[in-house]
Amino acid sequence: MFLGRVVGCVWATVKNPEMEGRRLLIVQPLTAELQETGRRLVCGDCTGAGAGELVYWVRGREASLPFAPGAPPFDTTIVGIVDSVHLGPPAGKKVKAPARGKAKAC
Amino acid sequence: MILARVVGTVVATRKDPRLEGKKLLILKPVSPEGQDEAGYVVAVDTVSAGYKERVIAVSGSSARMAEGCKDTPVDTAIVGIVDEVHLD
Repeated sequence: MFLGRVVGCVWATVKNPEMEGRRLLIVQPLTAELQETGRRLVCGDCTGAGAGELVYWVRGREASLPFAPGAPPFDTTIVGIVDSVHLGPPAGKKVKAPARGKAKAC
Repeated sequence: MILARVVGTVVATRKDPRLEGKKLLILKPVSPEGQDEAGYVVAVDTVSAGYKERVIAVSGSSARMAEGCKDTPVDTAIVGIVDEVHLD
């Protein structure tokens, strides 16, 4: 899954019948630091995301699964609206690196 | 899915039998503002798109979910013709 921001929408009258009634949004992919990266995409939407919203989206065959039992030909779909992104250890907590044991001989 | 513009056609006589009767178009990816982007793709047309039309192209295994593409060796399909793009 990837982070992105909704920057627009697309209208299409002639389209695959399975896509009828589905929203098509333009999404700008973002890095974890919320910097823009890569070209903008057209994504399906199953969350009701709006303009300017921070979202996460999936790519590939899985993109049509949120619309089951239908199977619209989506290869990118917004599957969640992001509340917040936190990078690094949780605030106020010291996080120990997991101890590494010796590799066992097979 | 990407936005793209139809810039040409492909004619292929010898091809996989499951591709027979399918229209192959050359697409140029475009930005939402309509500016050309790098590269070209050959896509199967499932919505009767025409020359210079702006379309939505789906790629990867999802392309086989387009109409008439089930179990065909297709990895890019045109699934919609764009009327309008609105940028916020």
